[in-house]
Amino acid sequence: MFRDAWLIVGKDLRIEMRSRVGLNQIVPFAVTVLVLFAFALDTDQEALRTYAPGLFWVTVLLAALLAIGRSFAVDLADGAADRLLLSGIDPIAVFGGKAVAIAVQLVVLEVLLGAGVVLLFDVTVHRYGLLVCAGLAAAAGVATAGTLYGALVAGLGVRETLLPVLLLPVVAPVLIGATRAFQDAFGVAGAEGWAWLGLLAGFAAIYGVFGALSYGALLEEA
Amino acid sequence: MTTAATESTGIGDGIPATTSSKATKVLGWLTLAGFAVLVALAFAWVPEDTRITEQGDVVGQFDAVRLMFVHVPSAILAYTGFGLTFLASLAYLRWRTDWWDMMAHASAEIGVLFGGLTLVTGSIWGRPTWQTWWEWGDVRLVTTLVMVLVFIGYLAVRRIPADVAVKARRSAVIALVGAVNIVIVNRSVDWWENRTLHQQSTLIARKIRDETLFTLSFSFAVGMVLFAWLLLHRFRTAYLQSQIEELEVNEALAERRAEAGISESPGGRP
Repeated sequence: MFRDAWLIVGKDLRIEMRSRVGLNQIVPFAVTVLVLFAFALDTDQEALRTYAPGLFWVTVLLAALLAIGRSFAVDLADGAADRLLLSGIDPIAVFGGKAVAIAVQLVVLEVLLGAGVVLLFDVTVHRYGLLVCAGLAAAAGVATAGTLYGALVAGLGVRETLLPVLLLPVVAPVLIGATRAFQDAFGVAGAEGWAWLGLLAGFAAIYGVFGALSYGALLEEA
Repeated sequence: MTTAATESTGIGDGIPATTSSKATKVLGWLTLAGFAVLVALAFAWVPEDTRITEQGDVVGQFDAVRLMFVHVPSAILAYTGFGLTFLASLAYLRWRTDWWDMMAHASAEIGVLFGGLTLVTGSIWGRPTWQTWWEWGDVRLVTTLVMVLVFIGYLAVRRIPADVAVKARRSAVIALVGAVNIVIVNRSVDWWENRTLHQQSTLIARKIRDETLFTLSFSFAVGMVLFAWLLLHRFRTAYLQSQIEELEVNEALAERRAEAGISESPGGRP
């Protein structure tokens, strides 16, 4: 099963590596959103520094919507999803593979955006360990919930508009937790960063289990 | 459905022409009468909420307390609706019958209706009482808002033109995930701000006046009757809709068959 999941990870990431849609479109989109936030908040460097954690995670969530939508659009094209189903790979492995592939893309996006936030919003990192752990846990949470919801709306015809409506309220706890953890890591507000990491990990675990269990039922008619 | 009038349907044989029945008529009149009594109780009988503090200041909710008789039952009906959607979705995934699917749909719509009403009345009540329309730190406020948003998304899925079984299955999963998510949102908002403006169990602490308590209990009862009335009508509407869709498919099939029959005869194919 792990070998199968690994195959799916490789497939999805190879497609991304070759098409470069993520790098050429999603990353520039995310950076543009950061710039828009700066315009919206005026040239007030202090406000940008204070709200940088929240702005960072809102940007990640918006970009994640694009990455998740794309991951499933690729599968639907040319009947690839049907062939995946016929290949006999365990649905749990498909879910795990797709979630890991999305998480990897999100981590890359977070690194690039993190650099953008440090440069543009003038923040300084106080706790690197917390920053890395929170980034990874939040990526896992968004990826597991996103893979589940991506599959739920796949093939419904209006998935571009449906995915944000369904997914964004669900990942609200990730936004809260990751923002608090980053506030602690950036030293802009006193928050129990490590405690919030627990929430992020718990979120990822719950959606990981739920997604793995229900993925078979969703794939059978997709 | 069996109690509903079946004559002169215009839709098809054995399909009721209306969503109304003896039961819903009784429930409807009970709701109207109950609401009239509730209005009288809330405005004429219940005194305004005031308390005199040890310093001699007059505090309380004053006339705004009367909004409670809409706000609190709305919140309970919203949670009842979403709870019922959760149970019906579980039952659908277990037994895969249209009955549970329609039940989930009907109760979710009622839940969103009363969830919205809860937020609006709470906001109007909060302005004079808490001096704010909205309080982000309040766990129940934010949880209810996210819950309503999740189920608005659920209703959006239900409106998509897609295969009935596909839609039913995906909606059921969304309802289950959404309900689980309510718990996570509630916990995370609690940790986020860890404070609430909401009263902690005033009912148990007996800090509430007898008139207010009675009227509040009465409003729950009226709310439950209203819920049953709405649910029956909404469920029957969903049933009629599914019947019409089935009829349309059958009609279209018959038309195609007729067309094929005409085009086949000159060709002489068997």
